[in-house]
Amino acid sequence: MTIDATDRRIIAATQSGLPLAPAPYAEVAGWLGLDEAEVIARLAAMQASGVIRRIALAPNHYALGMVANGMSVWDVDDAQAMDLGAQVGALSFVSHCYLRPRARPAWPYNLFAMIHGSSRAEVETLRAQIAALLGDACRANDILYSTRILKKTGMRLTDREG
Amino acid sequence: MRRTPLPADALDATDRAILNALQDGFPLTPHPFAEAAAALGLDEASLIARIQRLRDDGAITRFGPFFDAEAMGGAFCLCAMAVPAEKFDEVVTLVNAHAEVAHNYERSHALNMWFVLACEQPRDIARVARKIEKETGLSVLQFPKEHEFFIGFRVLA
Repeated sequence: MTIDATDRRIIAATQSGLPLAPAPYAEVAGWLGLDEAEVIARLAAMQASGVIRRIALAPNHYALGMVANGMSVWDVDDAQAMDLGAQVGALSFVSHCYLRPRARPAWPYNLFAMIHGSSRAEVETLRAQIAALLGDACRANDILYSTRILKKTGMRLTDREG
Repeated sequence: MRRTPLPADALDATDRAILNALQDGFPLTPHPFAEAAAALGLDEASLIARIQRLRDDGAITRFGPFFDAEAMGGAFCLCAMAVPAEKFDEVVTLVNAHAEVAHNYERSHALNMWFVLACEQPRDIARVARKIEKETGLSVLQFPKEHEFFIGFRVLA
């Protein structure tokens, strides 16, 4: 799906959140000089095409006690990687799951899964669950804990034209 | 963003039900809070007030549409470097100086620096990576995503 300038304005207006008001889409429409029905229809089209992944709240997992996370990485047989990756991604404790190219010899891993838990010990238990799920299709694995945030800036759309 | 756990009594059962229910599928209808509230046995005004409070308390980071960054245009690539300990601070400065470096983490591995390049155009990824290699004298390994799996991630509140 290609998004047009009006879609981009809707994205820019809502990417930091929806207004907490009884008719939030009407409010966004008012800011942009559009009809409520058009805003709803465009958001629905973007959701159907995957531009919008979901309309939801994002719990702060740190606030809810999930303070430990690790980037688990797996060398999974290529023939099974799509199927097994889908199963790993579906786990409730995995927040990101990707296939990426290997960079041998330094890096033999092709499946990346970010694991969240309440402690490092819990993260290790969850990692063992993934290892059991992958079984013999996985030749090697590792987990990388972040030891320091060196930079963190939001990736935000401002205005393509601007 | 709050990075420490809330006190155990900060959330009641209704707050937890809201957090668990609204991690997906907020309605795209004229009165979405009324609809979501009805499913939780609440009224519209109290759902709105509770979401406001959860946001103010830092129990939620955001409420609204989550956009796929690539679908909006732009190119992203996870990169990693093996940085010798004695050069680490110097390399952090050189890497972070690039506006295209969206975030950067030190990680426990021989590849000890992991950052994401966020660029307007796919060709810019290779250009910025080469520039970082030239400035630092170190290799930048690129791990572009080949496939992103649907995520079942849910925080149980």
